[in-house]
Amino acid sequence: MLLLSISFTSIANTAHSSAHTTDSTKSETKDVSAEVVEHIMNHVSDANQNHIATIHEDGKEPKHISIPLPCILWNKNTGKLDVFMSSKFHHGHEAYNGYILDAHTGRVLDAATGTRDTFYDFSITKNVFNILIGFFILTILIFVVKSAYTKRQGQAPKGIQAFLEPIIVFIIDDVAKPNIGPKYEKYLPYLLCVFFFILINNLLGLVPFLGGINSSGNISFTMSLAFCSLLIINLSGNKHYWQHIFAMPGVPKWVLVILTPVELMGVLLKPAVLMLRLFGNITGGHITVLAIVGLVFIMGKLGTNVGGATAGSAIMFPILLFVNAMELFVAFLQAYVFTLLTAIFIGAAIEEHHHSEEHH
Amino acid sequence: MLLGFDPMLLLTPDLGLVFWTTAVFLVFWFLVGKFAFKPIAKAIKDREQTITDALAAAEKAKSDVQQLQADNATLLKAAKEESALILKEAKDLKNSIVAEAHNSAKEEAAKIVANAKLEIEAQKKAALAEVKNEVSKLSLEIAQKVIGRELDSTKDQQNYINSLVDKLN
Repeated sequence: MLLLSISFTSIANTAHSSAHTTDSTKSETKDVSAEVVEHIMNHVSDANQNHIATIHEDGKEPKHISIPLPCILWNKNTGKLDVFMSSKFHHGHEAYNGYILDAHTGRVLDAATGTRDTFYDFSITKNVFNILIGFFILTILIFVVKSAYTKRQGQAPKGIQAFLEPIIVFIIDDVAKPNIGPKYEKYLPYLLCVFFFILINNLLGLVPFLGGINSSGNISFTMSLAFCSLLIINLSGNKHYWQHIFAMPGVPKWVLVILTPVELMGVLLKPAVLMLRLFGNITGGHITVLAIVGLVFIMGKLGTNVGGATAGSAIMFPILLFVNAMELFVAFLQAYVFTLLTAIFIGAAIEEHHHSEEHH
Repeated sequence: MLLGFDPMLLLTPDLGLVFWTTAVFLVFWFLVGKFAFKPIAKAIKDREQTITDALAAAEKAKSDVQQLQADNATLLKAAKEESALILKEAKDLKNSIVAEAHNSAKEEAAKIVANAKLEIEAQKKAALAEVKNEVSKLSLEIAQKVIGRELDSTKDQQNYINSLVDKLN
């Protein structure tokens, strides 16, 4: 949270310098809001470098602090793969290999056209960077826990094992078993993986000194996981599941003309809802946190009004504390909801319809 | 457009990020799902089973002990009853033995007394017979002495006196 504020000092300083050039106070306030919104939107979007802070000193070039990330670009024109570090751009001040870096969005652009249409970007962006960190932390953590289970077979859990076990048991007993039924064990690894994968990314998004990267709130991330769930749900669907979609038993033929398209849409809508819910909640949380921090800069008119900044900080601090605590809860809640709904959909797809006689 | 930013950009998936998310997640799923979560889930299930079994065994042991205690109590009660019965029987036996001894002693005494009476009677008779014999002998001698001279010691005289003595008996 503190470092989130540090990253905000960058906008404070950029706007501070621009404040000298504008005379009208009214337009200045508008500039501040625009600056804050742009910063927020850039923060929740993806970028080819992990920007931490920009330090402005009077009379000097602004100093950027960012973690350079590898750019992997597949050029459509040449058909070649260009691989280099984003530090080659010197924070957008220099072009490299026919590419430039947009200093505001932090995205790689084609130097000639100024767009992203001439190449496919497979770079390790800040979101991929975050996902990889999460991947390594989780993999190590879970394998440590696994070895604890093999070493201390049949004994009470200890240490990290005792910390993770209630979560694992919760997913087994309260998500998998009641919703999927007796065949739950087949789907358990997927449910646990999805839960922990979302959870770690949600939690890493709350860590400011990593940049508070909004990876699990990115539509690409949620879409990928929702697509995995879509495959799992529909590939495990049994005869009854498909029968209920294409020819709902006990329904007049002419109704099927309406019902079947609706059911088919449902097949896609279920994962789409998973995708949008996670995206909305996590991105919304990030925007809320940043907007509250932005309040300080708007009230303080970016450092020109010290009293306003102090008042803004006083208002901001307790609210931000509360919102951050809520985000921590949301991080768990949304991982749980995604897993729960996936389990419910799988359960519906593999359910044996012993009550099918009722339809006739 | 909201203050120079297109919000639709947030809703546009990015090919690279979709690729990486899917790739990392699939690797994670394969690696962790197969080699960590499966064994963990199995370990938890096994342990649950062990605990359930242990609890059932403990419950059974408890009921066994209770059963044993109940059995012991019944046994103890039975033993007590039996010992009481044995004691009572012993007491009865003692009483009957004492009574019997008392009676037999009485009978014995009576018998002895009766025998003594008979003995006395027999002795008395014997004594009387002896006395009679002595008396007849004496009388004969006296008579012989008195009338010895006049009376011939003929055979007729002897027989006559013997018959007289016999008549006395």
